Amino acid sequence: MNRLHPALRRILPQLITLVVVLGCNVLVFPDFFKIEMANGRLYGSIIDILNRGAPVALLAIGMTLVIATKGIDLSVGAVMAICGAVAAAAVAGGSDVATAVVLALCAGIVCGLWNGFLVAVLNIQPIVATLILMVAGRGVAQLITEGVILTFTNEGLIFLGSGSLMALPMPFLIWLGFGVLTAILVRKTALGLLIEAVGINLRASTLSGVRGNVLIVAVYAISGLCAATAGIIVAADIKGADANNAGLWLELDAILAVVIGGTSLLGGRFTLAGSLIGAMIIQSINTGILLSGFPPEFNLIIKAFIILVILIIQSPIVQSVLFALRMPPDRSGDDAEPNRDDRADERDHSMQKEGMAP
Amino acid sequence: MNPRYLPLLATIAIFILAYALCYSQYPNMLSTRVVGNLLTDNAYLGIAAIGMTFVILTGGIDLSIGSVIAFTGVFIAVLLANTSMHPLSVFALALLIATCFGGLMGGIIHTLEMPPFIVTLAGMFLARGMAFVLSTESIPITHDFYDTLQDVFFRVPGKGRLTLVGIIMIVTVIVGVVLAHRTRFGSYVYALGGGLPAAKLMGVPVARTTVCVYALSGFMAGLSGIVFSMYTSAGYSLAAVGVELDAIAAVVIGGTLLTGGSGFMIGTLIGVLIMGLIQTYIIFDGTLSSWWTKIVIGGLLFTFILLQRGLVWVTSRARI
Repeated sequence: MNRLHPALRRILPQLITLVVVLGCNVLVFPDFFKIEMANGRLYGSIIDILNRGAPVALLAIGMTLVIATKGIDLSVGAVMAICGAVAAAAVAGGSDVATAVVLALCAGIVCGLWNGFLVAVLNIQPIVATLILMVAGRGVAQLITEGVILTFTNEGLIFLGSGSLMALPMPFLIWLGFGVLTAILVRKTALGLLIEAVGINLRASTLSGVRGNVLIVAVYAISGLCAATAGIIVAADIKGADANNAGLWLELDAILAVVIGGTSLLGGRFTLAGSLIGAMIIQSINTGILLSGFPPEFNLIIKAFIILVILIIQSPIVQSVLFALRMPPDRSGDDAEPNRDDRADERDHSMQKEGMAP
Repeated sequence: MNPRYLPLLATIAIFILAYALCYSQYPNMLSTRVVGNLLTDNAYLGIAAIGMTFVILTGGIDLSIGSVIAFTGVFIAVLLANTSMHPLSVFALALLIATCFGGLMGGIIHTLEMPPFIVTLAGMFLARGMAFVLSTESIPITHDFYDTLQDVFFRVPGKGRLTLVGIIMIVTVIVGVVLAHRTRFGSYVYALGGGLPAAKLMGVPVARTTVCVYALSGFMAGLSGIVFSMYTSAGYSLAAVGVELDAIAAVVIGGTLLTGGSGFMIGTLIGVLIMGLIQTYIIFDGTLSSWWTKIVIGGLLFTFILLQRGLVWVTSRARI
C-alpha cells in the first residue's frame, strides 16, 4: 500500500467503496457494465451514472472548496433554481444560447459573492449566511419564472443537458472538465494550500499574510458558479426551469458527497477527486436501488446509514484510536526512514484539533 | 437597559408594526377570527420551533424535525388504519419514538464529537425514509376520537375560535418559557451555548444536557406531528418538507442568536406569528403571489442577523 502514489492513497477508501457499490450493482443487475453504441452515443448503466451524477458532482466541486475554508454553502440548490430560471427566461426572451448561459453563470457568481460577502465581511456563520439565500432563493427563482414551469425549445441550450460529444453525454464532459480545471487551478498553484490554511486557522493565516477574506469570497463565488452550471444542466435536461423542484435537497447530497470523499467538515485538507468519487458513489447507490427493483423508499434509509458509518469513521475518537493503532510500526523503527506521509497526517491531525478548540 | 433584550424588542416592534400595517389596509385583520386562525394554522410550526430554540440555544441545530413530523403523522395514520389501538396510546407511542430518536442523535453528537448539522442531516434522511417505508401514499385518518378532538374549541368574543391545536401550542410555549428561564436544565442549556469549555468548568453535565436537548427537540417534533395530523386529518410521508428551515427562520427572527447562549422562548412564538402574518396578508391581498412569502422571510432573516451582528459588535466594544 505504501508504494502507491500519495494522492491515490488518500482516495483509496473512496475508490474501494465505489468498487464495492458497483460490485453490488452487478450482483443485482448482471448487465450493469454492458455499454452499447446507439445513435452515435454510448448507452449503459455506467454512462447513466456519469450523466445523472452531473449536478451533484458539479455542486460537490464548489462545496469542497467552501468546506475546506471551514464553511458550508446551503444555498446551492436555490442558486441552481435561480440560474436555471435565468437561462430559461433569457432564451424564452429571444436571446441566443451563449448570452443565456453567460447570464445564468453571472447570476450564480452574484449569488456566490453575496454569500461570500456575508461570511467574510459581515462575519456571519456560513450556515446562517447561506440559509438566507436558501430560503429566499426559490422565491426569487419563482419571481423570474412568474410561478410557472418555464419551458423552452432552444436546441442549443437543450444540447447542454441531453446532447453528446464524442459519444459521451454532455453533462459528464462538463463536470469532468470543470473538475479537472479546478484541480489544476488549486493544485498547480499555491491556491489550494492557502485555502487549506484559511480553513485550519483563519486568524493565523491572515497574520502570516494570506488574504483570507478575499479567498473566502472567491470560494463562495466558485460555488455559485458550479451551482449555476448545475442549474443550467438540470433545466436543459427537462427543457424547462422548475423553480420549486430544480436542485431541491441537492445541497445535502453535495455535502454528503464531500464528506464521503474524505474532506472534513471542520475545514482544512480537501480532496476534489474524493468528492467527485463521492458524488459517483451516491449516484451509483441511487441507480443501483432503481435497477434492483428494490423499493426506492429505502433509498433515504440506506443513505442515512452510510452517513452514519462515515461519521463514525471520521469522528475524533475513532480517528485517535486508528492513529494509535498505526503508531507502533513507526516507533519500532523497522524502516530507517520514517514514512513521510504519515508524518504529514500527524501534523494535519494535530492542527485540526487545535483548529477545533474555540 | 440590558442590550440582550434588544433583538426581542425589535421582533415585538416589527410584529406590532406589521400588524398595524395590515390592519390599516384590512380592518378585519384584528378580528378574533383571524387571530384564532393565525394560532391554529401555525400551531405545528410553533411547537417544532420551541424545540428548535432549545437546540439553537445550545449552539446546535436540528435538521430532522420536518422529517420527524412527517414520520409521526404517517405512523399514527398507519396504526389507526390497521390496528384497533386507541389514538391516545398511539400518540404516546409516537412521542416515545420521536423522543428516543432525538436522544439518539444527541448521544451520537456528543460521543462522536461530530457537528450537529451532519448528524441531524442523517436523522432527517432516516426519519423521512422510515416514513416512506411505512407508506408512500397519503393515508386519511378517520377515527371518531379525531373528530371529537377537532371539535374542541373555545368560542371567544367576535366569533373567533381558539382550537385545541392552538391551545396546545400556547401551552407548549408556556412550558418552554418556564423550562428555559426558570429551571436548572434551562440554565445548563444557556451555559452550553455560551461556550463548551466554560460550561464544563462550571460543572454543567454536558453529555446529559446535550442528549436531553435533542430528545426534547425530538419530543416537540413528535408533538408537532400529532398536531399536524389533527390539522390535516391525514398522514403523508412527503408532508412538512422544509419545516426545519421555517423553524430555524422563526427562531432567528425571534431574536435568538444562532451561535447559542442568548435568546428568549417568547421571541420564537412572535417569530412564528410574524411568518404566519405574512402568509395571512398575502391571502387577504389575493393579488400577491405566494413566492413573496419566501422573499420577505429571507429579507427579515437578513435584517435580524445583521441586527444581531451589530449588537454583538456594539456590546463587545462596550466591554473594551
